[in-house]
Amino acid sequence: MALYTETVMDHFMHPRNVGSIENADGVGEVGNAKCGDIMKIYLKIDDNRVTDVKFETFGCGSAIASSSMATEMIKGKTVEEALALTNKEVVDALGGLPVHKLHCSVLAEEAVKSAIQDYYEKNGIAYDKSKFPCEGCCESCRMV
Amino acid sequence: MRIYADNAATTKMSRTAIDAMLPYLDGIYGNPSSLHTVGQQAAEALMTAREQVAACLHCTAREIYFTSGGSEADNQALISAAALGAKKGKKHIISTSIEHHAVLHTLQALEKQGFEVTLLPVDEEGHITAQQVADAIRDDTCLVSVMYANNEIGTIEPVAEIGKLCREKGVLFHTDAVQAAGHLPIDVQAQNIDMLSMSAHKFHGPKGVGALYARRGIVLTNVIYGGAQERGKRAGTENVAGIVSMAAAFKEACENLEKNAAHMTQMRDRLIGGLSQIPHCALNGSRKNRLPGNVNFCFEGIEGESLLLLLDAKGICASSGSACTSGSLDPSHVLLAIGRKHEVAHGSLRLSLCEENTMEEAEYMLKEIPPIVEYLRSMSPVWKALERGEQQHLL
Repeated sequence: MALYTETVMDHFMHPRNVGSIENADGVGEVGNAKCGDIMKIYLKIDDNRVTDVKFETFGCGSAIASSSMATEMIKGKTVEEALALTNKEVVDALGGLPVHKLHCSVLAEEAVKSAIQDYYEKNGIAYDKSKFPCEGCCESCRMV
Repeated sequence: MRIYADNAATTKMSRTAIDAMLPYLDGIYGNPSSLHTVGQQAAEALMTAREQVAACLHCTAREIYFTSGGSEADNQALISAAALGAKKGKKHIISTSIEHHAVLHTLQALEKQGFEVTLLPVDEEGHITAQQVADAIRDDTCLVSVMYANNEIGTIEPVAEIGKLCREKGVLFHTDAVQAAGHLPIDVQAQNIDMLSMSAHKFHGPKGVGALYARRGIVLTNVIYGGAQERGKRAGTENVAGIVSMAAAFKEACENLEKNAAHMTQMRDRLIGGLSQIPHCALNGSRKNRLPGNVNFCFEGIEGESLLLLLDAKGICASSGSACTSGSLDPSHVLLAIGRKHEVAHGSLRLSLCEENTMEEAEYMLKEIPPIVEYLRSMSPVWKALERGEQQHLL
């Protein structure tokens, strides 16, 4: 389908890192089924590094592809590097998304941040709350 | 292998429709308004086409106005009825919550001009009743517009009953028959229909051409001003090739209507029966009062666009009422109107068949769809939460 780039279709048809992690160090879920997108990201963190990452997504082609790409991009990175991931980087790595699908990449960025926030909370690590999106907030959907 | 199961969106042109069109692109390219031979040949073809369309609808040729399609016909019908009503101080219009946007958005525009619109709710299968219309009619009601059959869920409305009621009450009755024309029997006289919209590309005719039937005596308001084409009510040089092609396609569809409907109904019912086996799904629309080619399901825990993309990869062309396929954030207004929750409406699938589809194709779809639904559910956090009992199943 010409709607999506080859990279998007590749990550949609063959998504990387699908699944869940038992006893994950951080779990983040963002989106809202009413809006048609939910992303859940599981992180395994060892020595401040993302050693494993899995995702589950309810959503359209670009939501699944964005989740897949975002998880690939943070795998093996330090927590700080993962936290710095932006939706624009996800979009660029996918070779672009249609304008009305950009919110899917925002959701991917927020899912990663939300999982890291959960990791900080679980481990009593102090962090700057202003750097994180509100959980389960639908506002990202409205950014299109 | 490619299976085209999106015939409610558009159909492939038939050989008959293509063959009918070609002479008017090539040799007989005259303007029907021209005096010379090639112009008059085009004018004759136009007249014949008008008679053919009229015969299929059981009206006269002078009651047929050719348009650019169903949307224009809907616009003109509603705008005309509103203008006629306004002249008598009647500014109330009744319609339904499941109409096509060509009707709903025209009604919104009329509301801004001071008309009051009552949109009747439908039951969980998408039906409205003549009684609902009767209860909604007021002294100042100028128009009732109820679609013949719904484009998404295929529910057929009681058009003849509503027509009879409106005639008794002296209120104009319009029906958007875009999905019905060529697929269901239509008799505008017997059914007391005052105005009817249709579109060629839904019955194997070309895109960009349609017709509005308006009963004799109903004065139409121009949507397009200019020359005196279409009895002065729709300006612009006629799309002769398209109109001739539409008439040929319509005639063919009407002549084969029963045979085609029987074949499509058989495939439809096989698909409905087979897809119903998928856990936590629901058929949208009526089991019985249904367009012969329409299959529409909601599958819980998945989103429609990803389903369509995976089906496309298997060669199956279908559609969905999910928000992601509409470009908006809300799923189909029709699915919401029949009471589907947002989260379920996102996971809808419409298969719309035509007479060229085969039982073999239906079986192929039944083989391919369930594993795709299962796969998407396997990666869906919504489905996982449902399975763990953290959320209640809605279907």
